[in-house]
Amino acid sequence: MGDTHLVYMDHAATTFTNPEVVETMLPFLKKHFGNPSSLYSIGREGREAVETAREKLAKALGAKPEEIYFTSGGTESDNWAVKGTAFARQKKGKHIITTPIEHHAVLYPCEYLETQGFDVTYLPVDRYGLLDPAEVEAAIRKDTVLISVMYANNEIGTIEPILEIGKVAREHKIPFHTDAVQVIGKVPLDLQREHKDVDILSLSSHKFYGPKGVGALYIREGTEIDNYMHGGAQEGGKRAGTENVAGILGMGKAIELATANIEEHNKKLRKMRDRLMAGVLEIPHCRLNGHPEKRLPGNLNFSFEYIEGESLLLMLDQMGICCSTGSACSSGSSDPSHVLRAIGVPPKTAQGSLRLTLGDANSGKDIDYVLEVLPEVVGKLRAISPFYKPADKGK
Amino acid sequence: MYNKKVMDHFMNPRNVGEIENADGVGEAGNPHGDQMKIFLKIRDNRIEDVKFKTFGCAAAIASSSMATELIKGKTLEEAWELTNEEVAEALEGLPPGKLECSVVSREATHRAINEYRKKQGLEPLAEQA
Repeated sequence: MGDTHLVYMDHAATTFTNPEVVETMLPFLKKHFGNPSSLYSIGREGREAVETAREKLAKALGAKPEEIYFTSGGTESDNWAVKGTAFARQKKGKHIITTPIEHHAVLYPCEYLETQGFDVTYLPVDRYGLLDPAEVEAAIRKDTVLISVMYANNEIGTIEPILEIGKVAREHKIPFHTDAVQVIGKVPLDLQREHKDVDILSLSSHKFYGPKGVGALYIREGTEIDNYMHGGAQEGGKRAGTENVAGILGMGKAIELATANIEEHNKKLRKMRDRLMAGVLEIPHCRLNGHPEKRLPGNLNFSFEYIEGESLLLMLDQMGICCSTGSACSSGSSDPSHVLRAIGVPPKTAQGSLRLTLGDANSGKDIDYVLEVLPEVVGKLRAISPFYKPADKGK
Repeated sequence: MYNKKVMDHFMNPRNVGEIENADGVGEAGNPHGDQMKIFLKIRDNRIEDVKFKTFGCAAAIASSSMATELIKGKTLEEAWELTNEEVAEALEGLPPGKLECSVVSREATHRAINEYRKKQGLEPLAEQA
């Protein structure tokens, strides 16, 4: 135990850095240390690296390079999008529309804005986590200044009807932000055509095999948004601070690789995912959380009755399996996952949730191993549980 | 996050199970959702055998296991006095914020002892504030 080979099934938390990406970054951690704002040659090399990466991101997103702003990651991008838009437009109104299943990087800025006199509508989602675009339309008021809906949920993997929601937002001339952190390399994006109604989009490098600590915010030309970091002239003065050159360059390489062959990649992921899902659902008193079809290709989220998620996670960790849970104890709070509660999973059931997210670190062997280990571990914890009655056995 | 001793009691909990026709049974939960059920076999005012079942995190399961180890063979008065801190100490420490998860074992033990006392026609012992 403990020295078994590692099965990494937490790709929604982070991904390993692609070795090709690391290779791209290394010269900029060693030789090319210049500040991109400096005029001499090693500075110019850094500037070139940053602009090359900007072009790669723009290409991958179907955007213009000048619409890409580098940040420190998904959290900063979401904070900038929500607070930057709200404050820039507050003279027009102080109403924001979002959902209760957003990442905390959107929800907590919204809570902060509530302390600053903003009014936030959290639209309910259905039992699969889907938001109805008609609900968005009905919630729009004269003073609505921002709509923010995530592209796909990080816990349950449900993919939202972003095109339809964007259309509603555009018709009402309200800026539309989407947190696309989970979808890069999984859903093809084209911000000039198919996604022309998305005004602001957040992404994070370490979710698509790039380095941590770097991300980007796409801001459509003409979108009203405040500057986020005040200081130097970097990023057009909107986000001051010396660029994370190696990180930005690595992200550029990573997005190029991740978006090169999305369909084939998804097909491979779905094949493994569906086999794992079918096998796990054979465990009695187990349910799938999130939409059965409209979900990210690598995402699985289950609830196991009668057991608690942190225990489950730690026992799996002892067997070399890395995954995550929405249980309260794992987060140090007294409530289980806000996402599972929002889709109506009873608190006790939410406590026993397990998220397995597949990616490039996985092979078919990993699926076999998890299907061998998981039923045993669930059985072991149920044998200890006071809620698991013998009468339930064998059902 | 958890030390070796806690992990040992979590992965290999002692005294798991139920006792048929137990002399005292107690159950307790906490706001995190942890729940423990304890079964006592009592002879001559002494805990001759103890079994438990717990729903909860690793801290809750490990402290249930340790608490049952500590009260086994003790008099009811001695078992009553066992504190969460003593259980945590025997486990060589719990991570910050996890002591609360160990509270269930003390409460469940108290309820089991009082259930037994009631059956014996004795006054239930009072919880110290």
